[in-house]
Amino acid sequence: MRSGIIAKKVGMTRLFMEDGRQIPVTVLQLDNLQVVAQRTIEKDGYTAVQLGAGEAKAKRTSKAMRGHFAAANVAPKRKIAEFRVSEDGLIDVGAEISAEHFLEGQKVDVAGTSIGKGFAGAMKRHNFGGLRASHGVSISHRSHGSTGQCQDPGKVFKGKKMAGHMGAVRVTTQNLEVVKTDADRGLVFIKGAVPGSKGGWVTVKDAVKKKAPEGLPFPAAVKSTAAPAAEAPAEEVAAEGGEA
Amino acid sequence: MDLIAQIEAEQIAALGKDIPDFKAGDTIRVGYKVTEGSRSRVQNYEGVCISRKNGEGIAGSFTVRKISFGEGVERVFPLHSTNIESIEVVRRGRVRRAKLYYLRSRRGKSARIAEDAHYKPKKA
Repeated sequence: MRSGIIAKKVGMTRLFMEDGRQIPVTVLQLDNLQVVAQRTIEKDGYTAVQLGAGEAKAKRTSKAMRGHFAAANVAPKRKIAEFRVSEDGLIDVGAEISAEHFLEGQKVDVAGTSIGKGFAGAMKRHNFGGLRASHGVSISHRSHGSTGQCQDPGKVFKGKKMAGHMGAVRVTTQNLEVVKTDADRGLVFIKGAVPGSKGGWVTVKDAVKKKAPEGLPFPAAVKSTAAPAAEAPAEEVAAEGGEA
Repeated sequence: MDLIAQIEAEQIAALGKDIPDFKAGDTIRVGYKVTEGSRSRVQNYEGVCISRKNGEGIAGSFTVRKISFGEGVERVFPLHSTNIESIEVVRRGRVRRAKLYYLRSRRGKSARIAEDAHYKPKKA
């Protein structure tokens, strides 16, 4: 099992292909995506990598988190997420992951926080049909209508679809296609829409319901320049960071 | 320039299309690539441009209307489509609207557009 990535949703555009097709794409950006910690069987009982993305001001990062980042010798991160990996899929702490982590044409699952719609009616929230425009219907054209039967059962069943809060929940869209990657700028182009608003954070993983293609970088596509350096200086910086 | 605008500008540059200056009211000829089985050829489609949408950007498109065998036909082309081989301006029209949807309800004489004799190319 391979690690996923954290990416920032930049926006949508379209790509014109040579054969005349045009593909709607969502542009995701990898922003200083680094491994912050490892979870190991001996210590935690499972294996995972903790990734961090974005830039956070040190003074706005809590002291506890500053210590955590300092221990990994990475700059404070805006967003942190953990990805379960197999034992051989662990990535060195501090390694920076590049956009080439995914191959073109590969299927991925993208998870993010959907755009909040506030308190939404039954028509918008559950695709109800509403009531008629005429024939005696007054004021309640967009209402949900009946919510049940009569004296028997004499109650509204639990889970009845009604108006209520919509959106702003974690949504995973499965089997989206990676159209293109741009390692220089850390961009991943995903076909179609991705949950969340522009500027929101999403996690991208290999699709669970599709076979992974051949030649995927394992355990991850790591930027060579950001390869973890000698361990000795890391400890010094960690100590300094902890006091800051 | 934000990242999306930058990506779009790069793509437009990479496509390297030579798009003439035209607007609604102009009569244009579009060479459109048609693939039949394995062969592909260029089909010309000539008519009046009745609308342009989303400007010069990557999402830009235009609508061309013509009367084909007595029946009005409209086609929408993406401005930067790789299927478009060429766009040629046949005649410059003088109109006072950006969208000429009123032509749909007109036939014959009243559907004509006066020629713009004083067309000046946009300064680059």
